[in-house]
Amino acid sequence: MKIKQLCVFLENKVGRFKGVADILGKAGINMTAFSVADTSDFGILRVIVSEPEKSLQLLKEAGYAAGLTDVICIKCPNTAGSLAKVLDVLNEENVQIEYMYAFSMGNIAQVVIRPAEIQNCEKVLEKHGIELVSSDSLYSM
Amino acid sequence: MIWNETIECASREYLSELQSKRLRDCVSRVYHNVPYYRTRMQEAGILPGDIKTIEDIVKLPFTNKQDLRDNYPFGTFAVPTSEIVRIHASTGTTGKPTVVGRTRKDLSIWAECVARALTLSGVTKEDIVQVAYGYGLFTGGLGIHYGVENLGAAVVPASTGNTKKQIQLLQDFGTTAIACTPSYALYLADTIKDMGLDPKKDLKLRVGIFGAEPWTEEMRNEIENKLNIKAHDIYGLSEIMGPGVACDCDYQNGLHVCEDYFFPEILNPETGEPCKDGEVGELVFSSFIEGMPLLRYRTHDLSKIIPGQCQCGRTTRRIAKLMGRCDDMLIIRGVNVFPSQVESVLLSMPEATPHYMLTVDRKGLFDSLTIQVEIKEELYSDNVKDLENFQKKIKSNIESVLGISVIVQLKAPKSLPRFEEGKAKRVIDNRK
Repeated sequence: MKIKQLCVFLENKVGRFKGVADILGKAGINMTAFSVADTSDFGILRVIVSEPEKSLQLLKEAGYAAGLTDVICIKCPNTAGSLAKVLDVLNEENVQIEYMYAFSMGNIAQVVIRPAEIQNCEKVLEKHGIELVSSDSLYSM
Repeated sequence: MIWNETIECASREYLSELQSKRLRDCVSRVYHNVPYYRTRMQEAGILPGDIKTIEDIVKLPFTNKQDLRDNYPFGTFAVPTSEIVRIHASTGTTGKPTVVGRTRKDLSIWAECVARALTLSGVTKEDIVQVAYGYGLFTGGLGIHYGVENLGAAVVPASTGNTKKQIQLLQDFGTTAIACTPSYALYLADTIKDMGLDPKKDLKLRVGIFGAEPWTEEMRNEIENKLNIKAHDIYGLSEIMGPGVACDCDYQNGLHVCEDYFFPEILNPETGEPCKDGEVGELVFSSFIEGMPLLRYRTHDLSKIIPGQCQCGRTTRRIAKLMGRCDDMLIIRGVNVFPSQVESVLLSMPEATPHYMLTVDRKGLFDSLTIQVEIKEELYSDNVKDLENFQKKIKSNIESVLGISVIVQLKAPKSLPRFEEGKAKRVIDNRK
């Protein structure tokens, strides 16, 4: 199950993230999870939003460089060692990961994964019975 | 089409004869009517009688912008002010404005030269020409305006700014030619795209006449592709006349100079010695006109004479597309750097945009050059690696051309200044 992740180019300047948050907030779009990758000059905001297509359009209209990328999101118990098990599987099957970030709610942890090859990663996870989060449920979280 | 075959296709002997005659006449008039020139010639030990042919021009002293400022406002006019019918002036951002006065005859010479330039660009009386240069003290707007009328085409005096209105006029009038600065042409192209219009389908534009700032061949390709037109380069400066001093033809290989009125020399900017044809140096112009002729005016523009005759059939000499200004040249750690070199590199990379700013800083004794470049929206990726690779590629391409190390910063689309009015200012030198 592929998830559309919104990513936005942010200059290293005061108030850049706030600009994005304002635009999404005013349009009633919620952010479920995000992470920021930063270099000395710029950052990339990666965010799961309730309405990815609409968010992209709004940000582009406001002059941001933004795009959508496919990611997957898995569910695992919010307990010690459970992520290690998932990573073991991916490691054994030689699945490469570009980046990942996670958030937990109560007993459940959700991990957003951007694999180098998304199809293959999905197959491997399914094969090993690792639960994927559907886009609908993630967007509306 | 050639506007004035008698002059533009004349034999070199005929032209040289004409230039000699006009130079003699001009020298004699400024010697007797302009105290500044009389003093300078006397200091150099030159009398009007010493100037017999055009080759003797090298004996004459140079004129600099400062000389015009020192004689502000009307001190270099060669006719009584009652003969002057038009006054133009530079903006004077770096000192007192430079003022020029034109007689009725000068204005007709100007309209003649602009008509030649328009014809060189393929404009005919059937065209509708939108003039999006500033009207006013700046020579761009009015200069092109009267040339278009002289040619017999229809002029739309839109002047600068109000871009959406400009585009509406382009659309509603079916404008076929536009005259403006090249940076404004790019801005216009972007705005047309943002408005959801397609120049191919929604506009009838076919020719652009662009000038008033140096621009590169790569920028020309970009404008031609984006606006679906043929882009011509027109050269001029208000001190000499304004736009129309030279313009390129269909072959786009150098700009034909209206040599019968404006005599070009290329000189080594440091020594003042003449350069051979094909050698880059400072462009120096003498103007054989009435109100305010100038002798050997140093333009600070860099160019070269293109050797040989053009395939278009004209015999007038060509100057190469301007390569920048002597004063735009940045000396960074002993290396000469021209902003146009950076622009060429960026425009040769499909993933880069022509929107950039150069900043020179000095920390201790060490100069650094920072280049800010906007990224293209469509090439945006979620991957830091891709953007960093892009940044590295720009850096190494620029470094291999400039020969010095640079800092490249990626900027969000449309975050750098646009130059809707007037000339682009893309260099900030914090060392001064």
